[in-house]
Amino acid sequence: MSIKDKVIAIIAEQAVLEPSDVRMESTLDDLGIDSLGLVESIFSIEEEFDISVPFNANDPQASDFDISTVASIVAGIERLQAEQS
Amino acid sequence: MKRVVITGAGTINALGHDVPSTLAAMRDGTCGIGPLELRDVDRLSIQIGGQVRGFEAEGRYNRQQMSLYDRFTQFTLAAAKEAIDQSGLSFSGELAAKSGVVLGTAGGGVSTWDDNYRSVYEDGKNRVHPFVVPKLMNNAAASHVSMEHNLKGPSFTVSTACASSNHAMAQAFTMVRSGLAPAMITGGSESMLCFGGVKAWEGLRVMSRDACRPFSANRNGMVQGEGAGVFVFEEYDHARARGAQILCEVAGFAMSSDASDIVMPSKNGASRAMAGALADAGINRDEVGYINAHGTGTAANDKTECAAVADVFGPHADKLMISSTKSMHGHLIGGTGAVELLACIMALRDGVIAPTIGYEEPDPECALDVVPNEAREAKVKVAISNAFAFGGMNAVLALRAA
Repeated sequence: MSIKDKVIAIIAEQAVLEPSDVRMESTLDDLGIDSLGLVESIFSIEEEFDISVPFNANDPQASDFDISTVASIVAGIERLQAEQS
Repeated sequence: MKRVVITGAGTINALGHDVPSTLAAMRDGTCGIGPLELRDVDRLSIQIGGQVRGFEAEGRYNRQQMSLYDRFTQFTLAAAKEAIDQSGLSFSGELAAKSGVVLGTAGGGVSTWDDNYRSVYEDGKNRVHPFVVPKLMNNAAASHVSMEHNLKGPSFTVSTACASSNHAMAQAFTMVRSGLAPAMITGGSESMLCFGGVKAWEGLRVMSRDACRPFSANRNGMVQGEGAGVFVFEEYDHARARGAQILCEVAGFAMSSDASDIVMPSKNGASRAMAGALADAGINRDEVGYINAHGTGTAANDKTECAAVADVFGPHADKLMISSTKSMHGHLIGGTGAVELLACIMALRDGVIAPTIGYEEPDPECALDVVPNEAREAKVKVAISNAFAFGGMNAVLALRAA
């Protein structure tokens, strides 16, 4: 499974959707993922890819890890994997 | 209905090992938050906290007691002794039979769980100390206070996360007000600053890595603290008849439940608790001079709490002072309302308002007088103390100057 497919699977599970309903340009908001769902998604991503995601729920926009869309999350994971490997 | 007064106070927390040193630190705007010293701290991503330092249980408690007292119980016993000594009460006969202990804690003996899980899971041991259960149970602290001071009336432990102590003190208050008990020992304690206790909070992603800056636009989360606050709530005539020193009056309280979200606060729930406490106490909104805020330093709490204050107090919200002492001692979770009640007593009795330290940038969503960085002298007749817990359970106490 590619990074993209794994992220889509994590997000789909959190949003209770089929993976085919999750698009690269979807925002977590579009998919109905709330702040608790976001924190859980980040946790699943960290576990799946064995990386540490800098994320503070007090200011989700502040970190370098861009959570605005599925595509930006995939890009963020690729960057962190390169940095943390 | 009886009137209820506070005739004794005790504490131990990151700012001091007793009430005078804690109040002096609040007056000076001292920060008790610093680098955590605990086992495996290098595996934590959050490495700061309001840790109690220089508290040696050895020497204070004997070997048998040490095997039964978790750190949260040790803190509670130290604070209870200070409070009861100050009150001058000694419990015997009918006073002992009717007076009890109601304390709050969220986690109880967290470090006892932590140490013993480590021993069986990590070290592979197959045997634990015989007193693990009585040491870690949430009511252990209340039980040991009852045994130490011969308190035989209604006694139990309340656990509503960050509102535990306020809920506990509300229960003690109703017991004295109704005439059920002539005096109650009440407050709360917490000791979660161990590897597992901090690791659990880390997971929620709401903790600050550098400081607790309530109401400041650049706040970035909460910081854990530890310790205890314990008070003697006494029926007014009982206190007067023996010439006791009265620290302040507990005038009323209210509790509410948001019934909405397990972690996100609600303006409506907070407003109902504050307005309810004033109504219960028969206090007009414009009499309130000081609010000890829940003020955790998270984005969500502080703006919701300020909006609720604006709702309840209307134009008077701009005249009253509101501060969060969590900026100094950290968030004591189940013990926090008890330590924060000390700031209310200082406001009412000494005319000194504890500051919100670490305040750096105004936030338009928290546009109240948060007493930034420096304590202030002001005459205050009425203060309220807020606690809004995870799980949406709120408890607010209203206090009057003696």
